[in-house]
Amino acid sequence: MDFLQQFCQQTLNGLSLGSIYALLALGYTMVYGIVKLINFAHGDILMVGAFVSYFVLKQWGITPVTLMLSFLPAMLFCLTMGVLIEKICYKPLRNQPRINALITAIGVSFLLENGARVLPFIGPNPRVYPTLPVVNYKFFGINISQVQILVFVVAIGLMLLLNYIINFTKIGKAMQAVSFDKGAAALMGINVDRIISFTFVLGSSLGAAAGILFASAYPQIEPYMGIMPGMKAFIAAVFGGIGSIPGAVLGGFILGVAETLTKGFLSSQLADAIAFGLLILILVVKPSGLLGKPMGEKV
Amino acid sequence: MKKKMIALGALVVVLVVVILLVTGRGGSDTLKIGTIMSTSGPVSHFGSQCRDAMLMAVDEFNARGGVLGKQVELIVEDDEKNPEKTMNALVKLVTKDKVKAVLGALTSDCTLAITQEAQRRGVLLFTPTSTNDMVTDAGDLIFRSCFKDSFQGQVMAQFAVENLKATKAAVLYDMNNDYSTGLTKSFEETFAALGGTVVASESYAGGDKDFNAQITKIKAAAPDVLFLPDYYNTVSLIINQVRNQGLDAVLLGPDGWDELVGQAGEEAVGGYFCNHYSPDAEDDDVQEFVRKYRERYGITPNALAALGYDAAYILLEAIERAGTDDPQALKAALMETNKKYVTGHITFDENHNPVKSTTILKVIQGADGKLATEYVGMVDPE
Repeated sequence: MDFLQQFCQQTLNGLSLGSIYALLALGYTMVYGIVKLINFAHGDILMVGAFVSYFVLKQWGITPVTLMLSFLPAMLFCLTMGVLIEKICYKPLRNQPRINALITAIGVSFLLENGARVLPFIGPNPRVYPTLPVVNYKFFGINISQVQILVFVVAIGLMLLLNYIINFTKIGKAMQAVSFDKGAAALMGINVDRIISFTFVLGSSLGAAAGILFASAYPQIEPYMGIMPGMKAFIAAVFGGIGSIPGAVLGGFILGVAETLTKGFLSSQLADAIAFGLLILILVVKPSGLLGKPMGEKV
Repeated sequence: MKKKMIALGALVVVLVVVILLVTGRGGSDTLKIGTIMSTSGPVSHFGSQCRDAMLMAVDEFNARGGVLGKQVELIVEDDEKNPEKTMNALVKLVTKDKVKAVLGALTSDCTLAITQEAQRRGVLLFTPTSTNDMVTDAGDLIFRSCFKDSFQGQVMAQFAVENLKATKAAVLYDMNNDYSTGLTKSFEETFAALGGTVVASESYAGGDKDFNAQITKIKAAAPDVLFLPDYYNTVSLIINQVRNQGLDAVLLGPDGWDELVGQAGEEAVGGYFCNHYSPDAEDDDVQEFVRKYRERYGITPNALAALGYDAAYILLEAIERAGTDDPQALKAALMETNKKYVTGHITFDENHNPVKSTTILKVIQGADGKLATEYVGMVDPE
């Protein structure tokens, strides 16, 4: 395998990992765009989604069709959960200082993780997520597996769908309006509460989908599985410019590729350090992130 | 008011005395042994079976009238394979339960976290399962009943060169885990000494789930064998990605692969690993143990269960020989151990490590489609 082939292979690996980060980062960025809250519980939604599809697949058995169908219950469950979390935990704090909601989000995250640990049918021990048999395809010496194709296709498909909802539907335009100026949007007759709930619906269902893709690619699920991807996706969102939707996607892909290329060509021991160092550097140069708008403090 | 205070004070004193009497009495009719096992968390299959086997051993002693005329009580603490929690558990066992001997911990990183503290507090620490070479270095009160990583790494490297005729080896290891790094070192040294070349040595951090980058790099080096020194849960993730990347080297592993057959998919078929025992071995002690364990718990015991059972037996028999559970006397009695147990004949060398052989197993697909292990051979220490 020559250098070019290896480079392409590593980039491919990185894009596959990055598409999961991107999907998850969308949830962080959308919620931040609308309510200016960093929803730390979002990574744990990934875990919940993975567990729901795990139980569904245990019932139905694993075939490509059931795997695709399992997105439905997982996304439904997680969007319900997302909306409930917003209504119960975040809404009462909406007019309080922002730090209160932030700390609540961290609390919800702990609640989900440790709640899952004590639930008897989940428990603290890792489980094996059902996988499809290994199938590999080769193009010009570059190997792509069935799982990687699945991750790509589903992730890109969902991103296109999200793009459509946000830019071409009435509720999507209302979301943009709320994100731009909540007060003015309310004055124009937009039901802000409904838009916020809808944002959580979108974010949580994408999180659930990311959970299934993550579990399919790395078939081991446990209550803490959402922490690392959640962290990385949050960083991807900040890096791309938090609040910006194309920014989150770009950030996710760049982070995935940067991480994989560092492991592949520099040092696997310093991978995270180098990848995050790079991000810090970019944020020093461009503090609002790649595609973020510079925000002047309103007086 | 003053009278009330005096009455209250007297009441407190009486209560304290009663509590002291009650707990003191409780302590005198049982012989307490502590154990720290990772019964939940990433290696829970190891910890829970090891604990179950120890409980079985303790019950067998108790059914025969106990040890030194006292019933044995095993106090189990869970550390979730987190070295900090192992330390907390040790302090709790020593200060609250006042145990003199502790069986544990399970994994090398957890055990290494407490060896010095155990030595300092004068408790006898006997780990059934921690294979890292440095475990018994902390002092004269630390024992173990399993072989060392340098032996395992050496055996697997020898097996790769001599039986599999491998000339190029790759290693993918956890750089933060003492078990993994120790094994990597001994495997690489032996493989090179036997004339092979280590073409790739890649690492990851504990808890990582994506190994595609490292595997791509390893694939480019085209190794004959890939050594994966980690526990079953991580290894099953790695193996899945190895095959998804189309790398078809023969996979080799240490005793942490035990339980892999219940966790991994058919990608693991054809891999070899060394272990402390094989439940299929035609040995009376092994068969007797497997039968009793199956009867009691309904599953076939893994090697960690066998080690836990042996460790409990070795320790309790040493207490019987010493006539006390005082750590200093117990230490001397343990050194006299010279008997055959489930995982082999055990004597301790001057560093408190047992001298024992290892079994090599192959992962195969059984007739029922599930993964199983097949006995390949036995290797004795030099």
